[in-house]
Amino acid sequence: MSEPWEDEGPGEVKKFMYVNRKAPYGTIYALESLEVVLIAAAFEQDVSMVFVDDGVYQLKKGQDTQQIGMKNFSPTYRALEGYDVEKLYVEAESLAERGLTEEDMLVPVEVMSRDDLARLMDEQDVILSF
Amino acid sequence: MSMLHTVNKSPFERNTLQSCIGHALPDSAILLIEDGVVAAVRGTAHEGTLREAMNGRKVYVLGPDLMARGLSADQVIDGIEVVNYEGFVELTEKHDKVQAWV
Repeated sequence: MSEPWEDEGPGEVKKFMYVNRKAPYGTIYALESLEVVLIAAAFEQDVSMVFVDDGVYQLKKGQDTQQIGMKNFSPTYRALEGYDVEKLYVEAESLAERGLTEEDMLVPVEVMSRDDLARLMDEQDVILSF
Repeated sequence: MSMLHTVNKSPFERNTLQSCIGHALPDSAILLIEDGVVAAVRGTAHEGTLREAMNGRKVYVLGPDLMARGLSADQVIDGIEVVNYEGFVELTEKHDKVQAWV
């Protein structure tokens, strides 16, 4: 007797997208998203991370949390590559609205227009929003 | 009676700062903290909102929260004063009341 989750068969890879829209530290969303992505990476799916709206602040270079007494989790974004999470997309409009550029990002990212991101979202099997 | 208003939300995400400005009298002060600090940065789409806040009022921003987000004092709009936690305490002492816009 097979279990329901076995019916999908082995080796099926789905496209998972994690959409990040919040600045780090003020709320727990950014850190929670990162933890979920790292856990999900173990399941060898096609994972991408998107940073839009205030989510672009998560990748801002030079974060120093010493004085606010919270863990600086920004170096973890650099470790994502080691978990085969290599697709990081940052929305161009969100950067521009905040006076930021690609050079402000602490990891290599692909800067993408809102229109292109909309199409990319449409291609996904699962979208998780943080 | 002079009021100190604190704003802890990003203007890109909530209308907290806008609402604060609408209710803050000219002699009051506004202190940006937590995610609210992103409003203090020069060259964002909300620079105009900040200029409106500064109209007749003193605006402060909490340095440790700027630094946590990879932002620095030299990116802050001219006329906004960067304070540390000690400065935060001094501001609460100097004003009669604190209104926290959360």
